[in-house]
Amino acid sequence: MTMLTILGMAIVTMVPRFIPAFIMDRLALKPWINKWLNAIPFAALGALIFPGVMSVIEEAPWVGIIGGLVAAAIALLNLNVIFSVIGAIVTVFLLTM
Amino acid sequence: MKEEVVMETEQSIGSAFKQGSLAGMPIFLGYMPIAIAYGVLASQSGLTIFETTMMSVLVFAGAAQFMAANMMAQGALFLQIVVATFVLNFRHFIMSMSFMNQLRHYSLPWKFGLSLGLTDETFAVSALHKKEANKENSMFFYLALILTAYFSWIAGSFAGALLGEIIPSQLSDSMGIALYAMFIGLLTPSVKKEWRIGVVAVISMLLNYIFSEYIGLETGWSIVLATVVGSLIAIPMMKEDDVQ
Repeated sequence: MTMLTILGMAIVTMVPRFIPAFIMDRLALKPWINKWLNAIPFAALGALIFPGVMSVIEEAPWVGIIGGLVAAAIALLNLNVIFSVIGAIVTVFLLTM
Repeated sequence: MKEEVVMETEQSIGSAFKQGSLAGMPIFLGYMPIAIAYGVLASQSGLTIFETTMMSVLVFAGAAQFMAANMMAQGALFLQIVVATFVLNFRHFIMSMSFMNQLRHYSLPWKFGLSLGLTDETFAVSALHKKEANKENSMFFYLALILTAYFSWIAGSFAGALLGEIIPSQLSDSMGIALYAMFIGLLTPSVKKEWRIGVVAVISMLLNYIFSEYIGLETGWSIVLATVVGSLIAIPMMKEDDVQ
């Protein structure tokens, strides 16, 4: 039964991923649609970050916020994303000690 | 409609593959702790090592896998878990539209194959490497990027299922920040270059907050709606060919 559930999950995840592969080149792209598609990564990143980041430590939303701010500060120094990830993990680890 | 002229920069398959793996390295490192945490949780929820690993192989979607493991532990039914997975992962449809537009000059088999490897992270990193798509053999760049992430996700899940209780919970809790830190680390340089991108991101953050906290939408729908509405509001702010 568990494997069946996993297969079901795989199918409903896969289909929305691949449908655009078949339809996107059929859409005649007006300039505004192009702009819309170009904005999607940034809008998506925003929605993925907040308010989710506050739930890293369920009972202490500010821990996630501080971890996120540390990640942003590190990224502002033009360091690789890897350092943002490590810096944020260390921050949360220290704050929950 | 104007025919697009694609100027291809020469590039060998090997060099495209190497560049793609390098671009995927931050995802490799970001996924590893999350995947281990998932593996630990899934095996504590009663999944076997095989099931835990196969879910990563077949589903390849972090948040949905955490949710499914939790739901299985609580004895949820097949249909509940599958529907919840659909809702949570539907955002990939919107992302795939943007990604497939970036790759519109590829052949259908390539587009199909690459679309299957789309996650929040592979999408974000690919979108930030938009110019790669105009190079020769660039499909191998995106393929390597995705495979790097995929390998890390599977290996981490397997390791987590295997190690189980050895990892202290404080450490695995701290690792919950890893993906958020990656999203922030990916977004920040673009905002630094172009403040309008920051406005777009903040608008969709607020929309997501309103939709999830005040209107009470499920997380999955809330992210989809915030992304769609946020990017539509952004249209007048974007330049025709925005530099990524």
